[in-house]
Amino acid sequence: MNIKILGSGCQNCQKLENNVKKALEELDLKANVEKITDIVEIMKYDVMSMPALVIDEKLFFSGKVGEIKEIKEILQGQDLEEKELETKNGGCGCCGCDHC
Amino acid sequence: MFYPLQLLADYLVYDIFKILPTNHLGLAINFFIYDSLKIIILLLVINFFMAIVRYYLPVEKLRNFLASRKWFGFDYFLGSFFGTITPFCSCSSIPLFIGFLEAGIPLGVTMSFLITSPLVNQMAVVLFAGLFGWKITIFYVISAILLGVVGGFIIGNLKLEKYVADYVWQIKSRKIKIEQKKETWQKLLKIFWQESWVFTKKIIWYVFIGIGAGAIIHSFVPVGFFEHYITSKNFFAVPIATILAVPLYANIVGVIPIIESLVEKGIPIGTAMAFMMATVGLSLPEALILKRVMKIKLLVYFFGITTINIIIIGYLFNIFVK
Repeated sequence: MNIKILGSGCQNCQKLENNVKKALEELDLKANVEKITDIVEIMKYDVMSMPALVIDEKLFFSGKVGEIKEIKEILQGQDLEEKELETKNGGCGCCGCDHC
Repeated sequence: MFYPLQLLADYLVYDIFKILPTNHLGLAINFFIYDSLKIIILLLVINFFMAIVRYYLPVEKLRNFLASRKWFGFDYFLGSFFGTITPFCSCSSIPLFIGFLEAGIPLGVTMSFLITSPLVNQMAVVLFAGLFGWKITIFYVISAILLGVVGGFIIGNLKLEKYVADYVWQIKSRKIKIEQKKETWQKLLKIFWQESWVFTKKIIWYVFIGIGAGAIIHSFVPVGFFEHYITSKNFFAVPIATILAVPLYANIVGVIPIIESLVEKGIPIGTAMAFMMATVGLSLPEALILKRVMKIKLLVYFFGITTINIIIIGYLFNIFVK
């Protein structure tokens, strides 16, 4: 998973980053967390309220910090989707058969 | 409507703390308890409703609506009006500015939004109504919208687009949709309530400090005290108050209770209002942030025009609102 936190470096952006990291920890998930502070880069996502959460180039919310619980739900959803994709793309290697 | 709160405040101060009603400290505490309770309840209610509004009408949607067609001047009003229902945070003013221009909204209309946005939000309206009553609240909101419309209109007609930082015009964003899953209404209610609580919590200290300072002025400063210094007869009081306030910055929610007590002690309402509008609407930190997207000349126009308009509104309030 590729997580981007968009924000101009204000307090709330910091809080969102912390919440995301905590959520990842609690779910025991690994992800690449990146903070985007460059305004030109931020505007590419067409967000106008900071901070915003982008996972795998999809925008999940903007203009709020987001509670850990909410972020966890989003992360879980994304994680599941990713796994499903892997399955479709052939084999997760979980049971050793040749079609799972 | 808030009568039970007054009873509670009286009960706490006079019966539990055993402070006599004639005591200044007792009055201050009573005022503090009553006002804080009243305002917190009002804030929770209004923030709940605004959470609903924002869920269905996020600023991106409002922006797209503004950009969707030609408005022939009506867009100055819409820009200003949208500014009143959008919560303002100075860290968002740059993305808002760029996002509006990038969508093709004229610079003047964008400025209307930027001028009005910090002056009015739901919490300011609640505080205003709770402390000054509805009549002055409505006057205030109308003045703030007028301030945005007139300021934006002037800037729009001065053709200042060339004084927007060049890189702003180069930014192209791709349109992406927010991933929003369908929620049940029970879940939505919970989300709205949580958001209301988060918003209220965020400003609660400003409110306490503001009301605390207000309570002290309310109880310890004799009526008419300020009239020795600032009176409506002093013609220059309004511009002086406005210009003094520009370098100051405070959240509107914290300023309102202080202003209310000052007015009660004899400062003319227009002078107080001008001071407040300049404190929240114009500030050095805001200027520094906006400098990243505006060249100096545009910034000077923005601050200059808004300052002059605030002074005019101050005079009008002094003349027409008693």
